[in-house]
Order: sequence, then C-alpha cells, then structure tokens
Amino acid sequence: MIEIENVRKSFGPLEVLKGINLTVAKGEVLTVIGGSGSGKSTLLTCINGLEPIDSGRILVDGVEVHAKSTDLNKLRQKIGIVFQQWNAFPHLTVLENVMLAQVKVLKRSKQQAEAEAAKQLNHVGLGDKLSVYPSRLSGGQQQRMAIARALAMSPDYMLFDEVTSALDPQLVGEVLDTLRMLASEGMTMICVTHEMKFAREVSDRVAFFHKGVMAEIAPPEELFGAPKDPELQKFLSATH
Amino acid sequence: MRGRVPRIGHSCILPGAAMFNYNFRWNQALNSLPQMLEGALVTMEIAILSMAIGIAVAILLTLFRLSGNRLLGAISATWVEIARNTPALFQIYMVHFGLGGFGVHLSPYLSLLIGIAFNNAGYLAENFRGALKAIPETQTRAARSLGMSPLQAFKNVVMPQMLRISFLPMTNQMVWAILMTSLGAVVAMNTDLYGVTSELNARTFRTFELFALAAVIFYVITKVITLSAGLLAARLFRY
Repeated sequence: MIEIENVRKSFGPLEVLKGINLTVAKGEVLTVIGGSGSGKSTLLTCINGLEPIDSGRILVDGVEVHAKSTDLNKLRQKIGIVFQQWNAFPHLTVLENVMLAQVKVLKRSKQQAEAEAAKQLNHVGLGDKLSVYPSRLSGGQQQRMAIARALAMSPDYMLFDEVTSALDPQLVGEVLDTLRMLASEGMTMICVTHEMKFAREVSDRVAFFHKGVMAEIAPPEELFGAPKDPELQKFLSATH
Repeated sequence: MRGRVPRIGHSCILPGAAMFNYNFRWNQALNSLPQMLEGALVTMEIAILSMAIGIAVAILLTLFRLSGNRLLGAISATWVEIARNTPALFQIYMVHFGLGGFGVHLSPYLSLLIGIAFNNAGYLAENFRGALKAIPETQTRAARSLGMSPLQAFKNVVMPQMLRISFLPMTNQMVWAILMTSLGAVVAMNTDLYGVTSELNARTFRTFELFALAAVIFYVITKVITLSAGLLAARLFRY
C-alpha cells in the first residue's frame, strides 16, 4: 500500500505539491491526469525518493520513504519507475540493459538474470531483439525495454511517468497495450498520463491534479462522466 | 678510411655541401639498433604503466569532483590545474629532485613514471569532465531508480560511456606519454629510447644518424598505437 499524507513540495518559490493526501491499495490501477505543471510527475518521483519532500510523509508498505533511516536503494527495488524519456543504457544490449540491475542490485546470478530478462522482454514483445543495441530500436521499443527493465526487478509497484508523451503517435499504441496487459495481470500501478481513453479503460480510479492540488479523485465513469470540479470540466472539454 | 667502411649515405648531397664536412655513417647507428630497440621497450613500458596509473587516478579525481565534498573537489581541481598548466618537464623534475629535497629519493625510472602518470591523470581527468557533460543526467536517474547506489550507477552506467567518449583523447594522451619519456633526460634516465640514444651519441658522436633512427622508432611506435587504437575501438564499441 502507498500512503501519501499531506505532502508538500516546493521548487524554490514555486509550490508544486500543496498538501496531497492519497492512498493506493495493492492491485489498484490509479491514473493521474492534469495539465503540465500540475505536480503530477513530481509526486511520482517523490514516491520513490528521487525527490525530497518539504513536509508530510509517504509510506510504502509502512516504510517512510523520506525518513533518514530508510535504505532508498532497497526500497526502490519494490517500486519500479519508467520515465517519459526511456533512458536506455546505450552501451549495453537490450538483454544486458535488463540484466544489469538484477545482477548488481538483487545479486542474482548471470543465468538467473538472463532468464528473467529474456522472460520480461518476451512479455513486452521484444523477444527477438535481445542482442541488439538500443540505438537500433524505435522509441516505442526502447520504452517497452525500459518497462521490462523495471519489471525484471520484480517490483510490487510500478510508476509510469507520461511514458507515451515522447513517442511518435503511431508508437503510442504498443506501449499502452503493454500497460493494459500489466494492469490486467493485477500489477499495482500509478500512471501519470495524457491519454484520456487509456485512463478511462484501465483505471480503478482517476485523480485530477491542478496547480499542486488533487482537485478530484473518482472511478473513471464518475470522473469522466460527471466531473464536479470546474477546472476538471474545463480540462476535459479542452482535451476531448 | 673513406670507402672502406660500408656507407648508406653520401657525404655530399648538395653541390658545394662539402663545407658541412659531415659524413653520414648509418652503419654505426644501425649497429646500435638492438640497444635502441631495448630502450624502446622501456619507453613503451613506462608509457603503458603511466597510462594505466593515469586513467585510474583520473577516474578517482573525477569521483572526487562529483562527490560534492569541497576538500576532495579542491584536490581534484588543483591536480588538474598543475598538470595542465606547468611544463611536463618541471613535473618530472619535481618528482625526482623536489621530493629528493624532502629526503624521498626515487630512481630515475620511478621519477619519470610518476611524473608522466601525474601529467596523464590531469589531462585525462579534464577529458573525462568534458565527456560527462555529454551523458544526460537522466542516465544516472534511471540507474538510481533501479536501486543502484550512486557508485554503482557511476561504475556500471556512466563510466563505460565516459571512457567510450574519451577514447580518442586517451589515445592522444598515450602518444603524448610515449613522447614525454624523452623528458627523462632531466632526471638522468638512461635506459629508455631517448636515454640509450643519448648515451650512444656521447660515445660515437653520430648525432644525426642516431637521433634520426630514434625518431623513426618513436614515429613507428606512435603510429602503431593510433592505428591499433582505431581497431580496438571498432571491436570494443559496437553500439
């Protein structure tokens, strides 16, 4: 379970998270929508401790992320994150990209790591690209590789930060299909996205962020069907 | 005397050049070739060792700079400044006679090796700094988000890319290290290519022939290095 309690966060004079309260249960798929600068991506990077917070607290399975005593490297093993920019490691083959952290962080043997990497890459449809360098892959393929790389760590939670935003339109579908597949398999996911159709389909709940505040959170039928917040109404009419 | 000794060169190449009164005697120089090649081996040994040490120290200096610790950062910056902005000859001289003043007496071989390694480390650290600018910050972020420690992220993700980008400058530095061995002259180094040549010259005074031959050997060594580095790069970096 991920518990976010009254989290505040500023970049200089700009407060990007103004007291966020949110709980994500095991197995839930939460999508977060909102305009740019609404704080939704920042929240994700706070959840796995890549960004410090100013006040409040975030608990992952009861462990406080920003407590000094928390071993973040250990905590991050159970929280996978995939970014808008996929960040393939260019000097490693696709297979090695997915093996690296397994060997170095989880201390799996080379054989174990290789088997797991091949399994995850097959899963995201890259089974025929194992020995290829990332520079030979399309953006969509690189993004799916990044998803496999995170999944190979056997995380309990997956965070997706606008994973289709940097892709050419014709490549968005293959990545969203991968996310749909994960959701159907019961993975606990928080997806920050601009893909409204996708959010409507896969989410258990959808949260709308506006200027650092979570303005509304509801199941998709309700949030898209009968939005209450005026800003959300404006946002939806602009994006539809 | 003339005519009895087999000669390769001619005493008069240009009309009226007799005034130079210098007879080329290549055979003496060529007879010394085995000794010079032995010296060349020492030169290569020093260059290779100084590069290995230089690369290791440069990586350490880079980590110092990235550590955020002000003292370590200052050590790194000072090293780079001195290595790059003072003559290599002074650096080698200081290792031998400067440290000698403090009672640390190193052999000419060690002084030369350490002096060149010092110089290499400074230049390479600066090359690495440039290379790091070309590697997006998001690479480290991606590695950290997979649970790697800062050091693991550097070692497994950033450093291999850094070395790849710096490969050409490293090759240049290797060539420069070969050439710098001749500065061993200031610390009475006499077993490297320059030292051997210089001693042969003192005995025979075949200055032009000996140093021309030494120059050819230097040239062949550095050429082999640049060419094989190119081949190595093609094998190592397939991405």
